[in-house]
Amino acid sequence: MARMRMNQAIAAAIADEMRENPDVVVFGEDVAVAEGPFKTSDGLLAEFGPLRVRDTPIAEMGFMGAAVGAAATGLRPVTEIMFVEFLGVALDQLVTEAAKFSYLSGGVVKVPMVMRASVGAGLGFGCQHSQVMESWMVGAPGLKIVMISGPHNAYGLTRAAIRDDNPVAVLEPRILYAVRGDVTTGPEGIIPLGQAATPVSGDDITLVGCGSTVRTALGAAGDAEGWTADVIDLQTLQPWDTEAVLDSVRRTGRLAVVEECPYSGGWGADIVSTVVAEAFGDLSAPPIRITAPDVHVPFGKELEQRYLPNPEYVAGQVGELLATGESPPHWWERDGALV
Amino acid sequence: MSSDVLARREAVRSDRTARYERMVEIRTLEDAVRGLFAEGLVHGTTHTCQGQEAVAVGVASALRPTDTVCCTYRGHGHAMALGMTPLQVCGEIMGRVVGSIGGVGGSMHLCDTSIGLLPTFAIVGAGVPVAAGAALTAQVRGTDDVAVSLFGDGAANIGAFHEGINLAAIWKLPAIFICENNQYGEYSPIATTTPIANIADRAGSYGIPGEVVDGQDVDAVNAAVEAAAARARAGDGPSLLEMKTYRYAGHSRSDTAPYRPEGEFDEWYERDPIATFGARLVAEGLLAESDVDAIAARISGEVDAAIDEVKAAASPGVASMFENILA
Ligand SMILES: Cc1ncc(C[n+]2csc(CCOP(=O)(O)OP(=O)(O)O)c2C)c(N)n1
Ligand SMILES: [Mg+2]
Repeated sequence: MARMRMNQAIAAAIADEMRENPDVVVFGEDVAVAEGPFKTSDGLLAEFGPLRVRDTPIAEMGFMGAAVGAAATGLRPVTEIMFVEFLGVALDQLVTEAAKFSYLSGGVVKVPMVMRASVGAGLGFGCQHSQVMESWMVGAPGLKIVMISGPHNAYGLTRAAIRDDNPVAVLEPRILYAVRGDVTTGPEGIIPLGQAATPVSGDDITLVGCGSTVRTALGAAGDAEGWTADVIDLQTLQPWDTEAVLDSVRRTGRLAVVEECPYSGGWGADIVSTVVAEAFGDLSAPPIRITAPDVHVPFGKELEQRYLPNPEYVAGQVGELLATGESPPHWWERDGALV
Repeated sequence: MSSDVLARREAVRSDRTARYERMVEIRTLEDAVRGLFAEGLVHGTTHTCQGQEAVAVGVASALRPTDTVCCTYRGHGHAMALGMTPLQVCGEIMGRVVGSIGGVGGSMHLCDTSIGLLPTFAIVGAGVPVAAGAALTAQVRGTDDVAVSLFGDGAANIGAFHEGINLAAIWKLPAIFICENNQYGEYSPIATTTPIANIADRAGSYGIPGEVVDGQDVDAVNAAVEAAAARARAGDGPSLLEMKTYRYAGHSRSDTAPYRPEGEFDEWYERDPIATFGARLVAEGLLAESDVDAIAARISGEVDAAIDEVKAAASPGVASMFENILA
């Protein structure tokens, strides 16, 4: 067990995998000499040298494609996309090449690569540097998607992602890089992909979060008066842990999914539709989604905070659901919300 | 506002002293912006252009307001050179309603179509093909406007650079691709990411003219862009210009540029674009020695006043989040 910041946990996870497996290589923009714009590759160049730890030109399509080729022929590349928006210029290589190689080779070619990207709002970077954009990847068969929620699973999920034989996207909420926490290091710290965690248990509702919204859900549950919640951290978004969610909802009878992305097309729609289809008879209230509105991430500090679901808002929506048995309106649908 | 902005644009087009003053204004505002961030008065990040003022003013002075400009996140200087006021630029950086797009964009996102400035691009390379498209509009409509893409040395390695320039070349579009080679892409010196010394050499592979220009000399920049614009307006297609320049500040707010070799900054600072141009104007008799300090003092007062006005201005309300999402 060690206490570290989330960015340190990521660097530690990559370093441990690199020590165990000489096929693990790291590349991206300013990841080597500068040790990463968010210091997520601290110490890697010094320990593993320039053959395995490389800076790239600003050429996401080029280096993502190189990761695909290297992975298909034996290496385990870990690439860094500084802000997930930059994946836009490289998306083909991840979702249309890497994710399909297994299928298109009759199962012969594996592409064990990791695409790490920083995601999310809250730091005032404006609307082209603040999205989560998991929706670009959800629904791409052949690709796994992981969203980390703090130092502990940053370490465990990053190691598991590097060990996985499939292309794995690891989305890292930028706002959490500096957050400190206890991390179980070493082999016992590895967290299998596809498994949710339930950091808090309760009776009245199942709160599902992923990435940054786990903290939001925990905050809401922590301050709750008159109700208790199971808080589920999905950890892996694709494939997500259906069993964990269904088991919990069957017990609590209620579901609220907390997402950082806009309402339309958000990943929570999948969770809700599966729960409705599989556990309809166990529900005592309509499942709800607590998300951002269908707008760009605003720049101003107050507006950006308004945009993001926060613990008070989540607690309010849940309280209303419990009190009325009906879906509460979103904040932006309420009278006077927009003045 | 618009007439003020156009008058500011006309000034740099027609008057070299105004070009000098604009360069001073850009430097003054950029220094102040770094200060505002350092004081914690602004949210987010910023990319300033101290040291690159001659490129901004040289380019703007050679273009018409009806020409289209695609510029990057390092865009405060270009926007002001094109005519945007310190109030509009600083207002946007500080997220106030007086900002160029009402304070919803922040430092990386300026826009004013009255001076030809499309929304500035925070994605590296994205503006290169967009400029080709703006040049297509001019070609299809038969105007003699041109479109300019401004991008960094680092952007010359992204796919959009190749795709955009090649397209402009085969369609003979009236475009000017201007690389501001400030020696670094983020923390990486250009030599570590680019195998050739001159990005302008890439022009040959597209069959278009390429030229290395002294980006510290506003007259040289103006002349090179005028010539490229004349070719484009005459239907002779695009050009690639590489402005050799230097970024005095770090890449962005948090960067102190520890990666710079000893002495490099001083070497560039000796050829400071503002000091050199000021001295030239004095030598030519266009400025008196005493004007130099007087201009600096006047502009410093004007910029301070603009910043005070920004500080007193309102932030956009919640409703702004829902506006302009769709046309
Ligand atoms: C596609 C993409 N990749 C990476 C980035 C992050 N980034 C922003 S600025 C920058 C450096 C760009 O260098 P250069 O093109 O030389 O322009 P300069 O910043 O020096 O003006 C990088 C890597 C980005 N904005 N977009
Ligand atoms: Mg540069």
